Amino acid sequence: MDKTISLTLKVWRQKNAEDPGKFELYPVKDISIDASFLEMLDVLNEQLVLEGQVPIAFDHDCREGICGTCGAVVNGRPHGRLSKTTLCQLHMRHYSDGDTIVIEPFRAKAFPVVKDLVVDRSSFDRIVRKGGYVSVRTGQAPDAHATAVSKPDADLSMDAAQCIGCAACVAACPNASAMLFVGAKVSQYALLPQGQVERKIRAQAMVSQMDAEGFGACSNEYECEAACPKGISVSNIARLNREFLRSSI
Amino acid sequence: MSRLDARVPEGPIESKWKNHQFNLKLVNPANKRKYTVIVVGTGLAGASAAATMSELGYNVISICMQDSPRRAHSIAAQGGINAAKNYPGDGDSVFRLFYDTIKGGDFRSRESNVYRLAEISNQIIDHCVAQGVPFAREYGGYLSNRSFGGAQVSRTFYAKGQTGQQLLLGAYGALMKEVESGNVTLLPRRELMELVLENGDAKGVIVRNLLTGDMERYGADAVVLATGGYSNAFYLSTNAIPSNVTATWRAHKKGAFFANPCYTQIHPTCLPVHGEFQSKLTLMSESLRNDGRVWVPKTAGDKRRPVDIPESERDYFLERKYPSFGNLVPRDLASRNAKTVVDEGRGAEGGEAVFLDFQDAIKRLGENTIFQRYGNLFEMYNRITGDDPFKTPMKIYPAPHYTMGGLWVDYNLMSTIPGLFVAGEANFSDHGANRLGASALMQGLADGYFILPRTIAHYLAEKGPQKVDTTSGVFMEAEQAASDKIEKLLNINGTRTVDSFHRELGRLMWDKCGMSRSEAGLKEALLKIAEIRDAFWSDCKVAGVENDLNQVLEKAGRVADYLEFAELMVTDALNRGESCGGHFREESQTEEGEALRNDDEFSYVAAWEFTGVGKAPVLHQEALSFSAVHLAQRSYK
Repeated sequence: MDKTISLTLKVWRQKNAEDPGKFELYPVKDISIDASFLEMLDVLNEQLVLEGQVPIAFDHDCREGICGTCGAVVNGRPHGRLSKTTLCQLHMRHYSDGDTIVIEPFRAKAFPVVKDLVVDRSSFDRIVRKGGYVSVRTGQAPDAHATAVSKPDADLSMDAAQCIGCAACVAACPNASAMLFVGAKVSQYALLPQGQVERKIRAQAMVSQMDAEGFGACSNEYECEAACPKGISVSNIARLNREFLRSSI
Repeated sequence: MSRLDARVPEGPIESKWKNHQFNLKLVNPANKRKYTVIVVGTGLAGASAAATMSELGYNVISICMQDSPRRAHSIAAQGGINAAKNYPGDGDSVFRLFYDTIKGGDFRSRESNVYRLAEISNQIIDHCVAQGVPFAREYGGYLSNRSFGGAQVSRTFYAKGQTGQQLLLGAYGALMKEVESGNVTLLPRRELMELVLENGDAKGVIVRNLLTGDMERYGADAVVLATGGYSNAFYLSTNAIPSNVTATWRAHKKGAFFANPCYTQIHPTCLPVHGEFQSKLTLMSESLRNDGRVWVPKTAGDKRRPVDIPESERDYFLERKYPSFGNLVPRDLASRNAKTVVDEGRGAEGGEAVFLDFQDAIKRLGENTIFQRYGNLFEMYNRITGDDPFKTPMKIYPAPHYTMGGLWVDYNLMSTIPGLFVAGEANFSDHGANRLGASALMQGLADGYFILPRTIAHYLAEKGPQKVDTTSGVFMEAEQAASDKIEKLLNINGTRTVDSFHRELGRLMWDKCGMSRSEAGLKEALLKIAEIRDAFWSDCKVAGVENDLNQVLEKAGRVADYLEFAELMVTDALNRGESCGGHFREESQTEEGEALRNDDEFSYVAAWEFTGVGKAPVLHQEALSFSAVHLAQRSYK
């Protein structure tokens, strides 16, 4: 009773960072519409292995939309056509029999392609290194109730903290800007009393690293919010701008 | 027996940890930089241990297989983290948290460890709040708590349904802070291939660089494994796809005893399997059972859609069998009973699932209230299955979720290999035969932030700083062994995919060593595992080459280890002729079909010593004794 569809996949194949790369066509048959997008790729890869071909490399881990490992640009949209959905949570029932699907890696200067759909996002880690934390050492903390935090602030902080670091925001942005990613981290701490002491240094250091990595500037396209699987708001970019200004004067 | 010294400190339970910390040797602040510790894994336990040891001044090498330490699977934990803060004033205490946890584990955990865990729980919350973890708060600005299974107080702290994510990002931030300080060398996209021993002590690791395929050698004064659990032995589980037993298994083969491998937790409310292609199972919060009613058709073979089955032909089996707890029986009971009705041929629409029906709750409370309570879960269900739970009952089925077993460790979290420490889900320590909700996050962070950094100092101080030469014979031999294994996998060149073997093993383990186990079934499984393993090594096809990003090769190595490890799981299950916690032995049940524990014969930790692939392992017993609690049989009728 399972409904199935057959598709043509146009997939970006690139052996390594030096290889110029190109699209290859793969027909896939009888894919259950209950399969996830990544499971559809699994089916294709099993087929490729048995045919003696090199399977398509793609990053994935939890397959429940929280680890931020997976992601590809599908028909021009990071994570594909469903809003607030990672690629692993996109199911094939959203496609029709006979569709051609174009799959390519997240592209940005700061994310060199490693192989096929796998990119190097370590630039995000290097930004976090510069200030994506509160510098408290284990054992120094006062009682958790020593400082009350207003619920609206805590909730806003949590909204920003939900970022999964998948980098879809960068892939969606015409400037390959990382402002939403950095804005979310800076906002999480700017909104909490625990983040106040390092508020200025954090904004300066993270923005400076972001620039050094080669991410572009924000020109208010709002593509990042539209692509974000967690629906993180561009108001975090506005807050980052304010934090950066404040820290500069 | 003689080799299992748990090193539990003397004295009353309340002062063991305090006294022990005083008695443990220290490393002078100026000398800490002379030591290097390798930490494998960057989940809650690994990231927190690496960050804290770096803060103290040790050199730390932090290794993970993901592209970033933030991706470790702790990130997926939903519910919350327990602590004995008693902020709601409902009568909680360290002792009550300790008692609930040890009872929840069906009295199969080490009492002293569990008490220490409860004691440390409050410090974890303090530290995470100071880190800027945005826990849920009340309007007054103070932390909000909710209640969880197995407890009569509200002691669970949470950050929406993403508590694991927020705690992990806190630990990841701390780790990155230490990378910036220069004390931590971060090595992502590396997978452990071999543990290296020198004169019997853990002195380093061989890892495979997953991008280049190169083998790399790292030496240290001690090694910490925080590499998670082995639920993927079942192929389908709620774990991440790459989650594996490789690190702990390869350490086991080098002499670390593996404890209680048969203790696995099967979570009752997951999305059911719906096809051969399926790669993973998704957990749905257990809270759904508060308002959902679980049922199946009364008649075997009834494949009708739920809407076509009249009320009189439905069997609300949990309400029928357990009138006082109804749909809210503990995880192990809910899971086992779902399996029973499916085995009787009464699964939802003829499949391996039961219905979870919200129609009565919607009638009683209205769609709005139900949406407010479960809206995000209904959306998630709809996204994955395409069905709307407002219109049709959900279909759910139990899925492997967490493994209580792991490498045996003493009170200092050291394995039977000196210098090899094990933290988080990778060790066996604190959950006994069943883990209560919201206690895995607590244990991972207790181990990493507060216990290991303290106990490892004692080991280091006793040994003194070591010069480790990674070009020495033992390192070169271990590297050669790792390379040989890779080459062997690439040269099988058979006709079946790696996944096809993993699926076959998983199905067998699920059927014979899953929710319900019998002597006959387990014996059959032992024979079959060996057959599947032989078939794997003669007929598997691993594509690609060694010196490349080769995800099929990575998977093949992990499956090869599961094919060896599975035998140990089954052997342990066979040995444990009692039912306890998540381990239900069909030969050991009451007249009413409930689990029957056997304290006279099985009140021990089963720690297994490796003797060779396909050879019977040697059992070592650590007797469990209880001074602070009385053993009691659980009843939920």
